[in-house]
Amino acid sequence: MTPSAGTVEAEQSAPTTPAGTATNAGGRRLPRAKSATSLTPISGLGLGIALMWFSLLVFIPLTAVLVQASAGGWSAYWDALTSPQTLAALRLTVGTAVLVTVVNVVMGTAIAWVLVRDQFRGKQLLEVVIDIPFALPTIVAGLVLLSLYGPSSPLGVNWANTRVAVFLAFLFVTLPFIVRTVQPVLLELEHEVEEAAASLGANRLTTFRLVILPSLAPAITAGAALSFCRAISEYGSLVLLSGNLPYSTEVASVRIMSSIEGDKLTEAAAVASILLVVALIVIVVLDLISRRVARYA
Amino acid sequence: MSIRKLLRGPSIAAAIAAATTVLLTGCVGGAATAPDDAGKTTLHLVGYAVPKEANNAIQKKFAETPEGKDVTWQESYGPSGDQSRAVVNGLKADYVNFSLEGDVTRLVKAGLVAEDWKSGPTKGIVSDSAVVIVVQKGNPLGIKDWSDLTKPGVKIVTPNPASSGSARWNILAAYQQVIANGGTDAEAKAYLTKFFNHVAALPGSGRDATNAFLQGSANVLISYENEAILARQSGEDFDYILPAATIKIENPGAVLKDANPKANAYLDFVLSTAGQEEFVKKGFRPVSTNTPVGEVVGANNPAEPFPVPPKLFTISELGGWDAVNAKFFDEGGLVPEIQKATGRSQ
Repeated sequence: MTPSAGTVEAEQSAPTTPAGTATNAGGRRLPRAKSATSLTPISGLGLGIALMWFSLLVFIPLTAVLVQASAGGWSAYWDALTSPQTLAALRLTVGTAVLVTVVNVVMGTAIAWVLVRDQFRGKQLLEVVIDIPFALPTIVAGLVLLSLYGPSSPLGVNWANTRVAVFLAFLFVTLPFIVRTVQPVLLELEHEVEEAAASLGANRLTTFRLVILPSLAPAITAGAALSFCRAISEYGSLVLLSGNLPYSTEVASVRIMSSIEGDKLTEAAAVASILLVVALIVIVVLDLISRRVARYA
Repeated sequence: MSIRKLLRGPSIAAAIAAATTVLLTGCVGGAATAPDDAGKTTLHLVGYAVPKEANNAIQKKFAETPEGKDVTWQESYGPSGDQSRAVVNGLKADYVNFSLEGDVTRLVKAGLVAEDWKSGPTKGIVSDSAVVIVVQKGNPLGIKDWSDLTKPGVKIVTPNPASSGSARWNILAAYQQVIANGGTDAEAKAYLTKFFNHVAALPGSGRDATNAFLQGSANVLISYENEAILARQSGEDFDYILPAATIKIENPGAVLKDANPKANAYLDFVLSTAGQEEFVKKGFRPVSTNTPVGEVVGANNPAEPFPVPPKLFTISELGGWDAVNAKFFDEGGLVPEIQKATGRSQ
């Protein structure tokens, strides 16, 4: 018994071990280890191009903004940011952008859901129309919104030159982001997982909360970050629609334009750098939320 | 795995090759599109958008003169301040036409325009206009003058004086008309405060303001006479009023230091009767009084398009742009102060 068992064990382990190391050494383990620590010439070139591209288009311009902002020293920076008019504009911009992002998280996810899960007439058309806010020059968007929600509105409302107009304009230009980030993830989601959850007794809400939402969370937060950042930098659609009234409907980008028109580049860069910092904070917060929600999965 | 990698490698290489080819052909194309044949001169005009048609008409006439023969044009139009900054940042220009003197001063400071650009007979100005009050067709509110703008129910739209330089003419007109009528600085400030209380919108530019007004955002638009005439020429239906006291708008033009000499000939032509006539057709007032003014379509009275108001003041009477910007528009100036007071109460 014992010897035979021993030989079986030996037979089992002896041939497999050398064979295993052989395959590991020959085909599988080595390349994988290599790709984790070093780069092939081609991927090295790729990384180099990516970094160079990113530097030219993003890192260097961003640094230039910060350098420009600090050119007048901290006092100029501080003066620019403590101007009550600028503060009012920043509050309005960031506050409205947060609100718009929250609405987009709900509505964008819902629209993506409808587009992926439901079959209805005109679905193809809706698919195309969703992207139009991306393509439309924002000044045209402003004109369209003005004729729709302005004084000659066919809906009988007049929201021109009010904060509602700012909210609507932000909403219009940011609509596609969450739809377009959530849609592909939803498409990839396996139906069987939901069925399994249901068969284990989960109701639809629980399934959504514990199964679907965690998988969608990274896509939703990515879209939310894009949507927020797009909103805080909006300018074009507002020049006609919001009235640019200081302390009331004036947004940060209009303040920046005003500083540039007055040849006060330090002021403009100071406000811009605040928007950058706010955007960074929001992106980090959204990332934390996304990780938290995804942990439920 | 390995097949995919093999495929991926060449595709990157192919992409780089393709990108390089595009870049190279782009460069070659760029070089080929700028032929400088002997005898041909290309002049670069950088200007604000409003007088584009007038400029084009003047260029056409200029081409019929000996100096203007064989001149081709490369033009760039946009908001005046942006265009001026673009020239400072290297946009090629021989002749510039801006809406504000400050936009040329910026080029002087950058060493691109000679210090003595204002030494000519018109002091560097190539076209004039005036601030006017635009009202709905038939003037339902019965507005005749500045004082009527602070009556109940009046909603004013005027371009944003912070983000649009030329919008500042309007604010200055509203302020200075009080002084011109014998008022004090305090009374002028009080009027401007009431004026801002009636402001419904401050769109980005003069054209945006016209659009907002036409959409019904307000019942009064503060605009420039030439803008009002041009809009009426293109079929818009509204009335405009030249107030008894208003400011004369002066738009400068200048030749750059290292410009082609033909640009100087062009500037002379712009200031000649033939050149000024084209500005007149588009609703601008001529800079020299001996320009014959024919019929101007779109004016209140086409036969007599540019009546001189009893009190027509100029920017130099207010101390020039530097003083005006410091007093009115810079941080801590009168307009931000008034906007703070009126904006908070809204």
